[in-house]
Amino acid sequence: MTMTTTGPAAKPALPSWMKPIRPQHVLTALFLIAYPLVASPFWTVQIGAQALFLGVIALSLMFLAGYGGMVSLSQMTVAGVAGYMVAVFGTNATHPLFNWPLWAAVPAAVVIATAFAVLVGIISVRTSGIYTIMITLAIGVAAFYFAQQNYAIFNGHSGFAGLPSPVGFGLNWRDPMPFYYMSLAVAAVSYFAVLYVSRSTFGVGLQAIRDNARRMNALGFNVNLHRVVAHGFAGLIASVGGLLYVWMNGRISPGTIEVGPVIDILVIAVIGGLRHPIGPFVGAVLFVLMENFAIDLISPERFNTLIGLIFLVIVLVSPDGLLGLWRLVSDRVRAGGMANGGAGRQWRKDWRKGQ
Amino acid sequence: MSKMTRRAVLAVSLAASVGFSASAMAEDTIKVGILATLQGAFTVLGEDSMRGAKLALQEHNMMAGGKKLEIVTGSSDASPDSAVNAARKLVEQDKVDILVGPLSGDEGIAVKNYAKTQPQVTFINGTSAAQDTTLRDPAPNFFRFTTDGAQWQAGLGEYAFGTKGYKKVITIAEDYSFPYTQVFGFMLGFCKSGGHVVNKFWVPIGNKDFSSIVASIPDDIDAIYVALGGADAVNFLNQYEQAGGDKPMIGGSITVDQTVLGSKGKQQEYIIGTPSAGPIADNWDNAAWKKFVADYKAAFSDGFPSPSLFAQGYYVETLAMLTALDQVKGDLSDGQKAFRDALTNLKLDTPTGPVTLDKNRNGIAYNFLTEVAKGDDGNLYNKVVKVVENVNQTLGLPEDQFMALGPVGRDNPSCP
Repeated sequence: MTMTTTGPAAKPALPSWMKPIRPQHVLTALFLIAYPLVASPFWTVQIGAQALFLGVIALSLMFLAGYGGMVSLSQMTVAGVAGYMVAVFGTNATHPLFNWPLWAAVPAAVVIATAFAVLVGIISVRTSGIYTIMITLAIGVAAFYFAQQNYAIFNGHSGFAGLPSPVGFGLNWRDPMPFYYMSLAVAAVSYFAVLYVSRSTFGVGLQAIRDNARRMNALGFNVNLHRVVAHGFAGLIASVGGLLYVWMNGRISPGTIEVGPVIDILVIAVIGGLRHPIGPFVGAVLFVLMENFAIDLISPERFNTLIGLIFLVIVLVSPDGLLGLWRLVSDRVRAGGMANGGAGRQWRKDWRKGQ
Repeated sequence: MSKMTRRAVLAVSLAASVGFSASAMAEDTIKVGILATLQGAFTVLGEDSMRGAKLALQEHNMMAGGKKLEIVTGSSDASPDSAVNAARKLVEQDKVDILVGPLSGDEGIAVKNYAKTQPQVTFINGTSAAQDTTLRDPAPNFFRFTTDGAQWQAGLGEYAFGTKGYKKVITIAEDYSFPYTQVFGFMLGFCKSGGHVVNKFWVPIGNKDFSSIVASIPDDIDAIYVALGGADAVNFLNQYEQAGGDKPMIGGSITVDQTVLGSKGKQQEYIIGTPSAGPIADNWDNAAWKKFVADYKAAFSDGFPSPSLFAQGYYVETLAMLTALDQVKGDLSDGQKAFRDALTNLKLDTPTGPVTLDKNRNGIAYNFLTEVAKGDDGNLYNKVVKVVENVNQTLGLPEDQFMALGPVGRDNPSCP
């Protein structure tokens, strides 16, 4: 395959896509790449990779909610459909059906999950606000019960176990380091894809529809089509996240897509912040750390209370999650700390206006 | 300081605060992870299981084989994903040498499969009672000193048919591996005696609304076999009683456990006389059992009136670990070989009789046939009808004959 460059390459100056790169971006990238070299396998997979792929699934929600104004609670369900399909079409130990090789099962899973997401879009785009939340939650719950009670395809409560890890290029991609880098690659591609799409004509149109759908309709834009396509794009991202999810556990069962995990994705996106694609990843890191370590901080009977309180405090203090907090703190640092909290406050005012 | 540097400092300090905890382990401590359901539908059961483990540890002064024990607790919500996540954290992050748990059926199968990837750690079951945790494809480093859900029903089917005279029953049970195993154990004896199970209802864990099932219970049956746990059993009994249901009940092992016996409500009268079978019996006239109950009550003022089978199960498993560690003087060298040999050959005296392991490292133990009765203090309890000694995993059948029955499931066995 030959690579063709878009845009004029002859200019001596930095190409335009490199202009927004700052030192902290390079630092972050270096940290993410070097991370598994210093971290233990547990920190590499259960914290690192898990935060990355949960971040990817939450990113799909951030895209719909942040740019499209559609809070869809069925993103974990879309991820679950992908996971289930790779188990159904591929090989597994409990309920083998098709036994396709992974190179066939994976594309099939992604296509079906994306189609499912488009279907969810078609059903839900005519609603808005709280009704979108309700209808997508209903779809998620229905999918959970369907998976739980269907034995022919989904194998009921037990689901599927013994899913093979992806192998290729002489590597077992479920080993800690390869799995981390695979998750990191998926996260990076999804992140930049969302950034790119948000600045494309389609993305700008989507944001305009979020702000004033009637005006866009009057201008001749097909509002519903934009929203359905957004669901499809988000579904594609979520389904790849879902594949990583089942590969990590080697199994999937209705417990993977029940209401708890569905809400977890919303929690991750909200505590991270819905204003920028980095938010879901920040939220996922905090979420995974809390899930794993809250029980060490407090008595085993009370750790869920602690998790709930921390999330509550974040959302109360900063309406835009951790990203908002970060912004508040860095504004103060920039302003010299003592002199004012005005920048942060001003920013919050702007943000409220923005809503 | 430039803006950029300040930002970088902020970023680095945040990253550092996340931290990497490297636990330095002293030579003379043994790290033990205990995994139970401390969240979700089985929280109450999980809390009681922790009491059992704590009691065994306290009796040993937190020491075994001359070494200090360090305990790390893990929590799951009865889903296999959460159990494996918690086990992974205990094994890979906290670096436990021995892991005790989990509590629930499918969790046990998932943790057994995980155990195969961690040969350096010894896994000792909690109360997870699915058959295939040990019967098919066992892990060499997974031990179960309790018995499985089918063993817990040993003798019940024959008793319900012969003594109680129930010829036709339906079953209501949760839709996962442990209740499948329970129904299997009950039906093996019941069908062989000549009884019929005309219909089986399977409900999801945490089911709240049983009205559709209550409405479709046929009139011409003699009894209802109920294998539901904790809050689910209480919910079903309330709704069945409110709908005017009057068929007698046969209980699975956790249906008429202390969780249900200790709950308040009108169903209390209804469940008196319910036959059931399980690994414990509240009023078993045995010195070791009575001492165990007294110790439990003394140690935990917030516990149940009498220890549940989860407290007993975790107690037995923890006791097995402690006894084996004492035998090998805390020697976990050479891939814990001596310790595992000691576990394998253990003849353990427990509050519920002697326990040994079979070749799949599954417990051979006493089972208790009981009936619910009202005590002088007004509390309900399980009265011992019969003690079935040394119940093995094949329920007395030759192994090949038992394996030919096939894996447990919704449709196996069947005798409509």
